[in-house]
Amino acid sequence: MAMTVPGPVVPVPTRAAILLRMLAIQGAWNYETLVGNGIGFTVEPALRLLPGGVGGEAYCEALARQSQYFNAHPYTAAVAVGALARSELDQEDPVRIVRFRTALCGPLGGIGDRLVWAAWLPFCALLALLVFGLGAGAWVTVIVFLGVYNVGHIALRIWGLEVGLRHGMRVAQSLGHPVLRNGPQVLSRAGALLAGVAMPLAIQRSLADDGRLLVALLLVIGAGGLAVSRLRGRYELWKWSLGVLAVIALYSVLR
Amino acid sequence: MNVPDLAIIGILGAVLGLDVVGFPQAMLSRPLVACTLSGALLGSAPFGLMLGALVEFFALETLPVGASRYPEWGSSSAVGGALVGSQPTLSAGGLLIAVVATLAMAWIGGWSMVQLRRLNAVWARNRHAAIARGSRSVVVGLQLYGLTADLLRGFALTILGIAAFAPLYARAMAEWGLGESTARSLLVGVAGITAAGAVYKVFHGTAHTRWYFVAGLALGAVLLWR
Repeated sequence: MAMTVPGPVVPVPTRAAILLRMLAIQGAWNYETLVGNGIGFTVEPALRLLPGGVGGEAYCEALARQSQYFNAHPYTAAVAVGALARSELDQEDPVRIVRFRTALCGPLGGIGDRLVWAAWLPFCALLALLVFGLGAGAWVTVIVFLGVYNVGHIALRIWGLEVGLRHGMRVAQSLGHPVLRNGPQVLSRAGALLAGVAMPLAIQRSLADDGRLLVALLLVIGAGGLAVSRLRGRYELWKWSLGVLAVIALYSVLR
Repeated sequence: MNVPDLAIIGILGAVLGLDVVGFPQAMLSRPLVACTLSGALLGSAPFGLMLGALVEFFALETLPVGASRYPEWGSSSAVGGALVGSQPTLSAGGLLIAVVATLAMAWIGGWSMVQLRRLNAVWARNRHAAIARGSRSVVVGLQLYGLTADLLRGFALTILGIAAFAPLYARAMAEWGLGESTARSLLVGVAGITAAGAVYKVFHGTAHTRWYFVAGLALGAVLLWR
């Protein structure tokens, strides 16, 4: 466990403002500073607690530092936001803060991409497809997907902010949390299991319960799936699929 | 589609487009959700859900990772959902055309996000000195510019998508020649193969996932024929 050193108290309204702003952290995302301006924007409510308040020397210097280039996954960036806010409020050496900020970029991007984009999101989408395949109505399917996904989403942001604020520049040890370390593996296996269950059921429902076709189509999809898996993800299949479907539509209309 | 309906779908498309990256990334923009919402606004949530589930098969393959270019499923799904939601019945041909419209708009939407990111970079570069001084109004302003531009991007894309695809949809339905069963099988087959490839692409990096997938298929087969 990371050692916790008591630091300045960040009032609940300030934490709430940071959390709310965190939902818009990628609002000015661009190819030069990436999420840098978003970090400054999100940390800003905490910087108002610095000596001199808004517009003071400490505030302006800290805001300028925090609004430079930064790269991280938008959810795990919460760890950086909390830790950077804490280090500014602790009035750590600016050179150390900048070095710490640079060091945070890589790990937070990699962890978030593996945990959220490559595991949690597909897992939740497949869960929703299973619910759909089992015959659930529109709103049940939507609520299950949004509910499950966002419990994880919001919990990750809140946890990130809290560990960041608690540990400041000693936050690195929190990145070894079992959920971050093992979560992608566990979710990938659960996702693969769900995919196996969900796909035949969702396909059945999409066929409007045409049972005569189902077996043949599942065999074709299985063979096709095996064939495209040989491509090892080198091609974006959805773009090729768009072309194939457009040709089918044209054939149907023009013949 | 009348003007009030168009305005409502335009606003929905703007909100869903914003959700993709800007705010709040709660995955309202996933096809399963976005198509259903759009279909529901125009009268049929079940038609929207049917389209959303099929488009979700394609979306499984695309991960919104950082600086990579990925399809924009939010406003594109609003377009697709509006096409099917405004129909009294949903034929396989209609579903196929709506999937094509959604995928095409998602591709164009991905391109539009790249342009927005370039615009954000220009705005940030022009205000570099003020940022280096720690100007609160500039830091907050840049964020608000970006969010507003993203909202407008989604709105414009949705309106353009409906303007382009609603007449095409009507025309295609009037001339549609493929049988119901054939069209549906082709559509579901292409979607299923893409999803199978996506599952491999997303999960194959983890050891033993193929056995979990096979176990899932066995369970799926039992549920299918129970």
